[in-house]
Amino acid sequence: MNLVAGGLGAAIAASGVSGLAAVVLPPRWRAGLVGIGTAAAGVAGAVAGGAALSGQVWRSALPGVLPLAGVRIEVDALSGWFVLLVGGVAALVGVYAAGYAGRTGAGASSHTALAALPLFVAAMLVVPAAGSVSTLLLAWELMALSSLLLVMIEHTHGPAVRSAARWYAAMTQAGFVVILLALVWVAAACGGESFAAIRDAAHGLPGTVRGGVFVLAAGGFAAKAGMVPAHPWLPRAHAEAPSHVSALMSAAMVSLGVYGIIRLGFDLLGGGPAWWWILLAAGGGLSALYGILQAALATDVKKLLAYSTVENTGLILLGVGAAGLFADAGQPGLAALALAAALLHTLNHAAFKSLLFFAAGAVVRATGTRDLDALGGLGRRMPATTAMFAIASLCAAALPPGNGFVSEWLLLQSLIHALPTASDLNAIAAPVGVAVVALTAGVGVAAYVKAFGTGFLARPRSTAAKTAREAGPAMLAAMAAAALGCGLLAVAPGLTAPALSRITSVVGGGPPMAGTTRLRLPGVDAVYSPLLIIAGLAALAGGIAALARVAGRPRRRAAAWGCGNGPQTARTEYTATSFAEPLQRVFDDVLRPEHDVEVSHYAESAYLVERVRFQTRVPDRIETYLYTPLLAAGRKLGRAARTLANGSVHRYLAYGLITLLIVLVAGVSR
Amino acid sequence: MNGWAVAVGQPLLVVVLAPLLIGWMRLIRARMEGRAGAGIGQPWRDLRKLARKEPISPADAGWLFTAAPPVLVATSLLIAAIAPLVATTSAAGGSADLIAVVGLLLLGTVALALAALDTGTAFGGMGASREMTIAALVEPTLLLAAFALSARAGSTSLAAIVNAGVHHPERLVSPASLLAAAALAVAVLADTGRMPVDNPATHLELTMVHEAMVLEYAGRDLALVELAAAMRLSLLLGLLANLFAPWGVATSTGWAGLLIGAAALMVKLTLLGGVLAAGEVLLAKVRLFRVPELLAGSFVLALLAVTASFVLA
Repeated sequence: MNLVAGGLGAAIAASGVSGLAAVVLPPRWRAGLVGIGTAAAGVAGAVAGGAALSGQVWRSALPGVLPLAGVRIEVDALSGWFVLLVGGVAALVGVYAAGYAGRTGAGASSHTALAALPLFVAAMLVVPAAGSVSTLLLAWELMALSSLLLVMIEHTHGPAVRSAARWYAAMTQAGFVVILLALVWVAAACGGESFAAIRDAAHGLPGTVRGGVFVLAAGGFAAKAGMVPAHPWLPRAHAEAPSHVSALMSAAMVSLGVYGIIRLGFDLLGGGPAWWWILLAAGGGLSALYGILQAALATDVKKLLAYSTVENTGLILLGVGAAGLFADAGQPGLAALALAAALLHTLNHAAFKSLLFFAAGAVVRATGTRDLDALGGLGRRMPATTAMFAIASLCAAALPPGNGFVSEWLLLQSLIHALPTASDLNAIAAPVGVAVVALTAGVGVAAYVKAFGTGFLARPRSTAAKTAREAGPAMLAAMAAAALGCGLLAVAPGLTAPALSRITSVVGGGPPMAGTTRLRLPGVDAVYSPLLIIAGLAALAGGIAALARVAGRPRRRAAAWGCGNGPQTARTEYTATSFAEPLQRVFDDVLRPEHDVEVSHYAESAYLVERVRFQTRVPDRIETYLYTPLLAAGRKLGRAARTLANGSVHRYLAYGLITLLIVLVAGVSR
Repeated sequence: MNGWAVAVGQPLLVVVLAPLLIGWMRLIRARMEGRAGAGIGQPWRDLRKLARKEPISPADAGWLFTAAPPVLVATSLLIAAIAPLVATTSAAGGSADLIAVVGLLLLGTVALALAALDTGTAFGGMGASREMTIAALVEPTLLLAAFALSARAGSTSLAAIVNAGVHHPERLVSPASLLAAAALAVAVLADTGRMPVDNPATHLELTMVHEAMVLEYAGRDLALVELAAAMRLSLLLGLLANLFAPWGVATSTGWAGLLIGAAALMVKLTLLGGVLAAGEVLLAKVRLFRVPELLAGSFVLALLAVTASFVLA
C-alpha cells in the first residue's frame, strides 16, 4: 500500500467528516471536534508529504470523479514538500482553532466557518498533488472560494471585513483567470492537459508561447503569493480574517503560489531563458523591500505580519528567480542551492509565520485590539504567548540562531558565489540581490523589534491590555508545537537535505547541502553550525548570568528615572508609531507618509491654542497609484457599458445576430 | 588542541584587552585636548567598581531587561572565539562564517534594544528606535562588504578570507579591497556607536543613541553592558585590521606563531584605536538624520567594491 495514497486519502476523508460534523454538531462541541478532525487531516497530509519526499511516487487517474476530464493525481518530491508544509500547518491550525473559535456558534465557530475550514485544508492538499491542468484548476478554485468564505466570516464586525473580502475575491479571481488562460493555452499547444503530456511536448513549443504561458501563469501564481504589485489583498484579508485562517492563508496558501511557479517553470516547461527569471527575481526583490518597509511602519500587528508575508514571499521568489538564472547560465550547482534556499524558506516561513499569527490571535482574543500603540505590558499577563511571539520574532527577523537565518544564509551563499564565474547579467544581478536581501534583513529586524518590543514589553497602554488573560490550553499547545517546529528547523536544518536534493535534481547539480546540525554546502566553501552557536550562546549567557547572580549582590527594583518628573506613566512610553518614525523619515521619498495637523484656537485670541490634532498615515503608494486609477477606469467602463443595454429586445436580438455572424465567419475562414 | 587553545584564548584576550583599548583611546583624546587623562587602566577600575554595586531593575521591566547584558556579552565572546583575531586556526571558526558573525552582532544589538524598550521609559524607546534604524542601514553595508571580500577569497569563511590575504598580499591593495575597507570602516564606526554616528561620551538626550538605551542599567548589569560594548569595538577593529592587513596572524599550529599573532593584534588595536581617538577629537557628531546619508555613502562604496571585484578581477 502506497503511503502517499493512504495519507492523502485519509486526509481528504478526515476533512470530509469534519466538514459534515461542522454542519450537524451543536456549538458546544463543534469547534473542538472540527479542530481535531482538521488536525488529523493535516497529520495525514504531512505523512503523505513525508512519504513523497522519501522517494515514493503516486500517480493515479480517477476518470469517474469528474465529468469530461476526470481527476489526475501525481505526487512527486516537489509536491511532497508542499503537501508536507500544508499538512503541518493544518495540523497546528486545527489544534489552535479548537481553542480559538470558541463555543458561541457565531462568527468563527458558526456552521459555515467550521465547515469551510477542513474544506480549505483539503483543497490546499490537492493543489500540489494535482497531475493535470483541470485538477489543478479545480482545486485552486475550491481553495480560493473556501478561503474567501473564511475571510468574510466575521463580516458583522464592520465594513473593513467586507471590504477585505471584496478585495480578496476580486484579486484572487483575477489571478485565477490569468492562470486559467495560461494553463489552457499550454495544454492546447501541447495537445494534452495531463502534466506528463505537457512535460513531453513543452520543449518543442515556440519561444513566444512558452514565454507567454510563463509570464501569464507566473503572474497569476505570484498574485496568490502576494508579490508586489498584486499584494493589496494580503494586509486586508490577513488582518480581518480570524487568526487561525490568517495563519493558514499566510503560512500555507501563499506558498502554493510559489509551488505553481516552480512546477510550471522548472518542471513542466523545463526551465527558460534569463528574462523570465530576471522578471521574477526583480518582482521578488521589489516585494521584499516594499513589504518589509510597510511592515516596519505598520501599527496593526496583523497588518505588520501580512506585509512581512509579502517580504518573505519576495525573498522566496528572488531565490526561485536566482535558481532559474543560474540554471540558464549553466551553473547547476548554484541553481540547486538557490532553489533549496527558496524551498527551505517557504517551510521556515510557514513555521514562524503560523506561530506569529497564533500569538497575535491570542493577543487579539485577550485584548480585542490589533493596534500595537494600544498594547504593551503583556509580558506579565500573558507570559507564554509573549515567549512564543519572542521566539517567532527571532526566527522571522532572520537572526541567528533562528530558522529564518538558515534559509537567508543559503540564499546569500548562492548569490555571493555566483560572481567569479557569472555572465555579465548575473554579475549585475547578484550584487543587487545581495543588497536587497541585506537591506530587507536589516529593516526586518527593526520591524520585529518594534512588534515585540512595543506590543509585549514594558507597561500596558490601554485598559484592554491591562486586563488581558493568558490564552487557553489548546491555543498554547498549538503555539508550543509551532515553536518546536521552528526550533527543529533552526537546530537541524540539514534534516531537510535529502528531500531538498531530490527536488533540486530538476535543475541538476547534485545535492545542495549536507550535514544535519552542521550545515555544509558541497558546491561552495561554506559551513554553518546552528547547534554549536545555540549551545555556545546558551552556555555563555547562562554561565555569565549564574556567575553574576552567585557572586554579585542581590537585585533591587526601583522606579525608572523620570527626569525628576515623578513616576512615569504609559503615556511617556515610546509607541510603535514613534519607534518607526526615524525609519519613516529615512525612507520618506519612497513611502510618502501623510501628515495632517489641525490647530484650533480660542475665539478670544489667535495666539491661544485650544487643541492640536495630529494625524499621520502611511498609505500604500503602489495601491494608490496603480489600483485607484484602475478601479476608476473599471467603474467608468461599467457605466459606459450600461448604455449598450437599454432594455430594447430588438437591440438584444441584433447583438445576438452579430455575434453569431462573427463566430460563423471566424469558423469558416479558419 | 591548538585550535581549542585559540578558541578559548581569543575571547579571554579580548576581554582583557577591550577595556584597556577604551582606556588608551580616552587617554589619547585627553592628551589631544590638553588634559592629563586617567590612564589606560581606568575602564577596568570602573568595571570593578560597577561589578560590586547592586543591579537595579526598573519597576515595570520584565525578564528581558535582566537577560540582555549576559546575552550581549555571550554574543561578543562567541564572535571572539570564531573570528580570526590571533590565528585562523580557531576550533570554533568552522561554526560560523562572516554572514553569521554579522548576524550575531545584530543579535546582541537587538537584545539591548529590546531591554531598552522593556524599561518603559521614553529614553529607552528613543535609544532603541535610533539604534535599530542605524542597524537596519548598517547591515546591508556589512553584508555587501562581506560579499566583496569573499569574492576575493572564494569563500565567506573568515579564516579563508584572512588566509587568502596572507598568501596573496598583492590582492589586498586592489581597488575592490580598498573600497570594501572604506565601506566597512564606516559600518564599524556606526555599529560600535563611535563618532561621527554616535558620541560615546554624551548624555544629552538630543544626541544619545547607545547611552539612551543603557540609561536604566546600574551595577553589574552596567558593567556587563560596558564590557560588551568595549569588546565589540575591539572585535570589529581587530577584524577590520585582519581582513585588510592580515600580517602577523598565525595561520598554522605553532605556539610561537600564536604569540606573534597576539602581539600583532595588540599593535594593530593600539594603532587603530589611536587613529580613531584622534579622529574623534577632530570630528563633530553628525546630526541623526544625516547619518543615513553617511551610511548610504558607505553602501555605495561597498557596491562599487563588489562591482570592482568582478570587473577588475
